[in-house]
Amino acid sequence: MLTGISPGADEPTPGPDLGEPADSRAVSSHDWGIMPDGAGLPEGSGTAEQGRVIYDRLCLSCHGPGGLGDSGDQLAGAQMQLTDEWPEKTIGTFWPYAPTLFDFIRRSKPMMQPGNLTDSEVYALTAYLLYLNEIIPEDQEMNASTLAEIKMPNRDGFIQVLD
Amino acid sequence: MKKFLPLTPVAGNGLLDRRLFLQGGVALGTAQLVAGNVQAAAARPESMSLPGEPFTPYGQPAQFEEDVVRYPAPNRVLRNNGASWTPLHRLEGMITPNGLHYERHHNGVPQIDPAEHRLLVHGLVRQPAFFSIDNLLRYPMRSQICFVECGGNSNAGWNKTPSRAEAGYFHGLVSCSEWTGVPLSTVLAEVGIEETAKWLIADGADAFAMNISVPIEKVMDDAILALYQNGERLRPENGYPLRLILPGWEGVLNVKWLRALKAAEKPIMARNETARYTELLPSGKARMFTFTMEAKSLITSPSGGMVLKQGPGLYQVTGLAWSGRGRIKQVDVSADGGESWAPAELQDPVLPKAFTRFRIPWQWDGSPATLKSRAVDETGYVQPEREQLVAAQGRQGFYHYNAIVTWSVDEYGDVTHVYDAEQKQSGTDVSIDADWD
Repeated sequence: MLTGISPGADEPTPGPDLGEPADSRAVSSHDWGIMPDGAGLPEGSGTAEQGRVIYDRLCLSCHGPGGLGDSGDQLAGAQMQLTDEWPEKTIGTFWPYAPTLFDFIRRSKPMMQPGNLTDSEVYALTAYLLYLNEIIPEDQEMNASTLAEIKMPNRDGFIQVLD
Repeated sequence: MKKFLPLTPVAGNGLLDRRLFLQGGVALGTAQLVAGNVQAAAARPESMSLPGEPFTPYGQPAQFEEDVVRYPAPNRVLRNNGASWTPLHRLEGMITPNGLHYERHHNGVPQIDPAEHRLLVHGLVRQPAFFSIDNLLRYPMRSQICFVECGGNSNAGWNKTPSRAEAGYFHGLVSCSEWTGVPLSTVLAEVGIEETAKWLIADGADAFAMNISVPIEKVMDDAILALYQNGERLRPENGYPLRLILPGWEGVLNVKWLRALKAAEKPIMARNETARYTELLPSGKARMFTFTMEAKSLITSPSGGMVLKQGPGLYQVTGLAWSGRGRIKQVDVSADGGESWAPAELQDPVLPKAFTRFRIPWQWDGSPATLKSRAVDETGYVQPEREQLVAAQGRQGFYHYNAIVTWSVDEYGDVTHVYDAEQKQSGTDVSIDADWD
């Protein structure tokens, strides 16, 4: 009988096994997350110069000129550090992993037309944001290998509290 | 001038024995409070003189309750990004009505046809598989009454100036429902999850494509693929047709509009588990993966913005307590700002990781009083005073504010949110950023 379903049971309750097998093509169309070591980063590339154009068109209205923030998050240009009374948590001061930028921009941005950027446009925006935070030079191309190699300034700024 | 009941307080400023209402002493008190209006009632009111309204296919609240609503606080530009608060101060019992469950959306509420929706389970599994909603509805289900609380709930408490918002519009990013659905462990056993899988990365089907990582241990313990909320299918704003429920854990992990679960060795380190939903400490380091919502309580009546219009007399102090670690063991109430405490009556049922309603009678003598509640859960964790919490965590954590809430009652009966001590802190008083992003 199926009456004994309770949390913390040793063995999962048996189910009717109604999953429909997913082939590798179906899986890869859903499997678009980017891991912090860069696993999953696609082909394509972009530079800060290209990213600035896209930023000014699609991102500036919420995030302000140069990523200084407005109705949307401040992304760059922190004057305050994390130990100051009013810390500024920007990409440069706070984000621990650069590939997360690609993951987040590609899946969520821009807010009014999410999912419409090409992979190279996402690389370009990522490059621009890293440049604004003085993490890469303006002319450094971002692609699957260069993005994965970046060590963010706050990489070691987190305490994992697994509870 | 009303006469006081001959009752002996059990703690300062008129707190009475929690069992008073159960013993029938309440009848006297209530009669005393409402006597003024009874004489005016018509012998046969209009409701008894004409046939009533016809049937409705889906019932709505009484027209006189139209101000019992959520309080939405959207981003000032993108109006579909933000949060809406449950009016906890207008509700009783332990269950939140579905239409008043709090909301936190990162880019609006998708309208999803369940016939078109699939859940993909993939990654470190023997056989990746899609599950349709129709198929999931055939699975053995279980129900759990539990709260869901946004990690950012009550975060105005970090501000140096006490918020003047009403209790629910300050602490109401938490709600409690009966969630029903398929134990996620059942589905994972079917697809053959591998030993090396330590995390599940969940993806939502909203415009934000919300993603976040959940430890497999929690999933195997009590995660639910929820299809129903309080007996009916999920509301769109609560993840219709399918959401993840992780009892007692931070709201953001309870991914709505659930679309994919990927079994992985490591977390994805998504924006919402790194840049957000982490707590910056005074050291400059930030706590990450703070999943459990610690014990918390607040008095919902009387609470900020209310007025004890009827003057001195017998009142019921009532509120809610909950803990992500299990059952609430005890709630103590003080009417003298924490000088003395008395245990409140806990309303049955007291369930793990669920709202627990508490009540205690209070004889207000008309002089200023300071009301507080303090929850203790079954692990022995005691809800901290604000000063303790700030001393331990600083004021820039943004998330996980669970300090004791203090309401001041003045001699006119006006109830106001206050902090214990005058804040002697330097610097400007900038409020926590209210522009949800």
